[in-house]
Amino acid sequence: MSTDVRPGIGKIGAGVARVNFAGVSKAFDGTLAVDDLSLEVHDGELLVLLGPSGCGKTTALRMVAGLEDPTGGTVSIGTTVVNDVEPKDRDVAMVFQSYALYPHMTLRKNIEFPLRQQRVPAEERARRADEAAATLGLGDLLDRKPGQLSGGQRQRVALARAIVRDPKVFLMDEPLSNLDATLRIQTRADIVSLQRRLGTTTIYVTHDQVEAMTMGHRIAVMKDGMLQQVAAPQDLYERPANTFVASFLGSPGMNLLPATVVDGALEVDGVGIVLRGAPLRIADGPVTVGVRPESASLTATGIAASVTLVEQLGAETHVICTLVDGTRVVVRQGRKAVRPDLGEAVAIELDPDYLHFFDAATGDRLADDR
Amino acid sequence: MTTTDLAVPDESAPVRRHALSRRHREWGLAYLLLLPALLVFGVFTFYPFLKNFKLALYQNPPYPGLPSHYVGLSQVGSVLSSTSFHQSLVSTFFYVLMVVPVGLLGGLLLAIAAHKAIRGMSMFRTAFSSTVVSSVAVAAVVFGTLMDPVVGLLPWLGIDPHPAILQNPTWALPAVSLIAVWQFLGLSFIIMTAGLQSLPDEILEAARLDGAGGWTMFWRVTVPLLSPTLFFGLVVGTIYAFQSFGQIDILIGPQNSGFTHTNVLLYYVYQALSIQHDPGVAAVLSIVLFIILLVFTLAQMRYLERRVTYAAN
Ligand SMILES: Nc1ncnc2c1ncn2[C@@H]1O[C@H](COP(=O)(O)OP(=O)(O)OP(=O)(O)O)[C@@H](O)[C@H]1O
Ligand SMILES: [Mg+2]
Repeated sequence: MSTDVRPGIGKIGAGVARVNFAGVSKAFDGTLAVDDLSLEVHDGELLVLLGPSGCGKTTALRMVAGLEDPTGGTVSIGTTVVNDVEPKDRDVAMVFQSYALYPHMTLRKNIEFPLRQQRVPAEERARRADEAAATLGLGDLLDRKPGQLSGGQRQRVALARAIVRDPKVFLMDEPLSNLDATLRIQTRADIVSLQRRLGTTTIYVTHDQVEAMTMGHRIAVMKDGMLQQVAAPQDLYERPANTFVASFLGSPGMNLLPATVVDGALEVDGVGIVLRGAPLRIADGPVTVGVRPESASLTATGIAASVTLVEQLGAETHVICTLVDGTRVVVRQGRKAVRPDLGEAVAIELDPDYLHFFDAATGDRLADDR
Repeated sequence: MTTTDLAVPDESAPVRRHALSRRHREWGLAYLLLLPALLVFGVFTFYPFLKNFKLALYQNPPYPGLPSHYVGLSQVGSVLSSTSFHQSLVSTFFYVLMVVPVGLLGGLLLAIAAHKAIRGMSMFRTAFSSTVVSSVAVAAVVFGTLMDPVVGLLPWLGIDPHPAILQNPTWALPAVSLIAVWQFLGLSFIIMTAGLQSLPDEILEAARLDGAGGWTMFWRVTVPLLSPTLFFGLVVGTIYAFQSFGQIDILIGPQNSGFTHTNVLLYYVYQALSIQHDPGVAAVLSIVLFIILLVFTLAQMRYLERRVTYAAN
C-alpha cells in the first residue's frame, strides 16, 4: 500500500531513528565491559564500533538490542529510553557473527520468520521475502536449508532476514569475520551500498580497521570499554586523539617515537628535526612524536637505525627499523625505492609536514596542527 | 624413465610388507585386550541371548520336574494369540504412553526453567536430577504410602478411595506409571539440560529480536532445535518404561497384576518364569520385548542420520 521504503519509522517514540548512549556502563561481575559510554549515532548513519578484542564492542551492541541490560546510564532509540523495553519491541534487527539462522527452516521460512511474528499476512510476507532475497541475490535458494549453503550465502540470508523487517536500526556484529578475504571485500561493498540505499541507521562492530575505514560514515574507537574517539574515517586517520587510536589505525599503524622539545625545536634520539614554519607551541620537555610509515623515509642523514625486517607486499615494502634506544619504526617504501639489507645501518627522515604530537605521559594529542 | 618406473615397486615393496606385519601385530594386541570383555559378554549376554531363542521352541510340561519337549513355533503362536498376552501388550502400550511423553515434557520444562542464570539455580538442578539416583524400591514405598487408602494423601484430603488406588483396575496402571514418570524425570531433566546447553544462544537471541514470544519460542525454535535430543530422550525413555518392574512387584504383586491391568510385558515375563515356572513362555515374551526395543533403536538411528545436516550447520 505505502511506497515508503521504511514503514518501521515511528514505532518507537517519535522522530528519527537515532541511537543514543548516555553514560552507559555494563559491569559483568568483576569486569567493566563498557565504561561510561556516551555516543550519538545519527539517523541514517553507518557508525562503526572499532576496537581490539575484548574492548566491549559486542556488549555495547547487545545493550542496544536489549540482550544485555546496562548497569548504568541510558540507551535511547529515537526519543525513547529503551532500557526497560523488551528486545522484540525495540524494532532493531541484528546480524550475528555466527549468522544465527534457524537451521530447521528453509531460507524462505528464515526470512519470513520476523514478519510472521508481526502477523504480516501470508501474501505480503511472501512478497517481502522475495524482495529481500532478490536484493541479496538469494532468489533461487529459497527452498534450501541453511545447512546446504556456503558461509557467504548464509551471511546474506542473515542480512535478508534483517532487512525484510524494515527495522529502525541494524546491528551488525562482525558479520564478515567468517568469510574469506575475497568474499569479505565483495560483501563489504554490498553492505555499504545496501545501507546507503535503505538509509537505515546502522551500528557495525568490527575489529578490522580496513572494514571500519571503508564502511563507516563515522568510526567510534573503543579500548578497555572506554570510547577513545569518534570521527569520520579520514579525520580519525589524520587527527588521532591519542596514541592508541594513532597506532590502531593504519596498516601498519602510526610510528610513535620518544622525543624532546627544546625551545620550540624538536629532537628525536638526539637528532634535531628541521621543522618548517613557526616553532612548536609545546612546552619544553619530553613528547611523543607520531609519524605514519608513509611519512618516514630512509635517507643518508637522519635518525640512526638498523634494519630488522623487510616485508615486501608487492606494490609497497615495509622496512622495519630499530632505533638505538630500541624503538621500532616502520618505513613504507614505494616500488622504486632501494631496498636495504637486513642489519644494514640506515638513517630515517621524518616528513615535518606530517608529524603528530602526543603527551609523553598521557598519550593524548597535543594541539599543534601540522 | 624406464629405470625410475622399475625402481618404484622395488622400493615400496619392503615398506608395504613392514606395514602389513605391523598392522597384524596391532590387531593381535587389540583382540588380546578385548578378550576379557568378550568373555564376560559372551558368558553373561550373548550365550543367554541365543539360548533364549532355543527356549522359545521348547514347551514346558504343566508339572515341574518333567522334561520339556520341542514344539517348534507352535508355542510362539499360542502365546502371541493368547488374551493375557494381548492384555499385557495393551497395558504396556498405555503405560509407555503415560510415562514417556509426560516424563519428556516434564523434564524439558524443568530444564528450561533451570536454564536461567539465577543465583541458587544449581540447588534446583541437583534436586531435579536427584530422582536418577533414588532406588525404585524407595520410590515405590514412598508413593505406596502416599497412595495408601488409610494413611495416604487421598484420605488426608477427605476422599475415601474405594477400592484402594493400587487395587483399582482403572487407577492402578496410572498410579504405577506416575512413579515411573517421577523416576524418569531426573534422567529426562539431565538429557534436556545437556541439549539446551548445547543450543547456540545466538539463535535463541535472534528469535527474541525477531519478536518470538514464549509460546513461539518454545514450539517453533527450542523444540525443533532440540529434536535430536528429544528423540534420544524418547528412545531412552521408552526403553526405560518397557523395563519397569520394581514398583509393580512391590506395590501390586503377581496376584493382583492381572485384574488391575498392570501386567506389563516385563512383569509378565517375570510371572511366566518365576511364578508359573514356564521358561518357554517367558522366552517368547522376552523375544517380543527384544524386537519392540530393537525396532525403536533402529528407528532412532535412521532418524538421527537424517538430522546430521543440523549439526553441520
Ligand atoms: N556474559 C559475560 N559475562 C562475563 N563477562 C563478559 C560477558 N560478556 C562479555 N564479557 C567481558 O566483557 C568484555 C567485553 O566483551 P565483548 O564481548 O563486548 O568484547 P568485544 O569487543 O566484542 O570483543 P571481540 O572483538 O573479541 O568480540 C570482555 O572482557 C569479556 O570477557
Ligand atoms: Mg565481539
